[in-house]
Amino acid sequence: MLRIEALTKSFDGFMAVNNAHLTVEQGEVVAVIGPNGAGKTTLFHLITGQLAPDSGSIRFQEKEIAAKAPHKICRMGIARSYQVVNLFSRLSVFENVQVAVLARRGKTFNLFRPSRTIAVEETHQILDSVGLGGKADRVCGLLSHGDQKVLEIAIALGSRPALLILDEPTAGMSPEETAQTLALMKRLVAEFGLTILFCEHDMAMVFSIADRIMVMQQGQTLAEDTPEAVRNNLLVQEAYLGGGAAPC
Amino acid sequence: MIRALFSAKTLLVAALLLAALILAPQVVSRFYIYLMALIFATGLLATSLNMVLGFGGMYQFHHAVFYGFGAYALTLLLTKAGMTPVFAYLLAPCCSAALGLLLGLITVRLTKLYFGMLQISLGSLVWALAYRWYSFTGGDDGIHGIPLPDAVYSSTGAYYFSLAVCLVSLLIMYLIVNSPFGRIFQGIRDNPERCRAVGVDVHRHQLAGQAIAGFFAGVAGTLFVTVEGSVFPELMFWTLSLELIIMCLLGGWFVFLGPMLGAAIIVVLRTFVGIYTEYWTLVLGVVLMLLIFFLPEGVLGFALKKAGPAGADPAKE
Repeated sequence: MLRIEALTKSFDGFMAVNNAHLTVEQGEVVAVIGPNGAGKTTLFHLITGQLAPDSGSIRFQEKEIAAKAPHKICRMGIARSYQVVNLFSRLSVFENVQVAVLARRGKTFNLFRPSRTIAVEETHQILDSVGLGGKADRVCGLLSHGDQKVLEIAIALGSRPALLILDEPTAGMSPEETAQTLALMKRLVAEFGLTILFCEHDMAMVFSIADRIMVMQQGQTLAEDTPEAVRNNLLVQEAYLGGGAAPC
Repeated sequence: MIRALFSAKTLLVAALLLAALILAPQVVSRFYIYLMALIFATGLLATSLNMVLGFGGMYQFHHAVFYGFGAYALTLLLTKAGMTPVFAYLLAPCCSAALGLLLGLITVRLTKLYFGMLQISLGSLVWALAYRWYSFTGGDDGIHGIPLPDAVYSSTGAYYFSLAVCLVSLLIMYLIVNSPFGRIFQGIRDNPERCRAVGVDVHRHQLAGQAIAGFFAGVAGTLFVTVEGSVFPELMFWTLSLELIIMCLLGGWFVFLGPMLGAAIIVVLRTFVGIYTEYWTLVLGVVLMLLIFFLPEGVLGFALKKAGPAGADPAKE
């Protein structure tokens, strides 16, 4: 479904992503792990078009998407959430998700129908499915951090993607919230057949859900394999021991 | 559609207010009728600015250009082209919308302050054209004694015309702000990056916003011509644009009718304080300082917050 080859991006000579490769198949849950500064977020920015690569190829469903505009990539079926909460701050929880649903349905140039009558059912369904149904009318800035991270995912679901990219979906969450988010991700895969690509520092979570794991270090793909193989990979062990943390 | 947007209470208040405005010419003097018509034109202009400023988050620093352009377009269509008034009144706002689109094509590539600065530069070019091109625009003298249709020639006629056009325009803008386009526009205001990530073509929407705001500024320009019977280059000078931004801030730029109230306050201040001193802007300065310290959400924003339930967002009122 997604095939990345020889992808490179540098900032003022610093190689943030350096000759990286990654493959994600339909229906898989793939995790990207690596120490801080390994280039995980940059990799996601490159896939979703926020950044244009220096060289290399990103193919999604057999089409080249490298350096395409973010809104075009989204319409092709890739949606993402952000590591740092990135919402529509003055809009309500409902409206945050509705923006994504309206954009997907192509209704954004409808000038005269009241928006409160459009896409209501679908938006509520998404909010219910992530557990924010009771908070639809709140201004999103007033939500707890955990709820804001879940709303991040809900907005991405509004685009009804084939591939969902989550950038540290449980960062800053309490253990209970992390468990709920993990359950949500499993449900999205099981019920909606979503393909998920995510990065995360919580190794227990990564190893409990990922079908395959890509390990990044200094912008390069250090390993790309099943969780079992990655756990036993000497290079990975070395990198993580050097970085001060070992994958569990 | 109307029922879906307004509560019964709002409709009742609006009906009473409308009745009072319709009866006003029977009760008050000609001077006040003129003043109110001027408030309709200026308020409509400020509201059109707020569509892109408050609801779209675009730093529209030179909105007056579209106002003046509409006023000049109507005047020139009537005087030079000899067009029928109905067509001239319809075409003039379209000219402003086209100018909005044209300048927008250049400016929406930039964001925030850079967008605003480039707009000031381009707008000043348009102003300079009007200011210097004596044979066509009358230069710094402007054009006076414009042949207006009989129906709007009297001050009462101009008043009713301005009232009607202003109300219809406000209603259309209110519909737009509450439409899916308006919702997306507010999303772009809050977070353009995220909007792109959910599949919104941000530039195209901003461009459409420029054309719409330009159109209604042009409508306001035609109202000014109707009320004053003349045009002059000051209509598109950048100081007027600044005054418009103050009107939005003063009334409340996240509330739909905020700029209307802000415009009323400023027009009244200018008229009455202006009688006593030509330094009326001193009073404006003090009002602004008080506003920034005590009412950062604007007068109407503050009032709605006090009146509504705790935590209510005035943008929804």
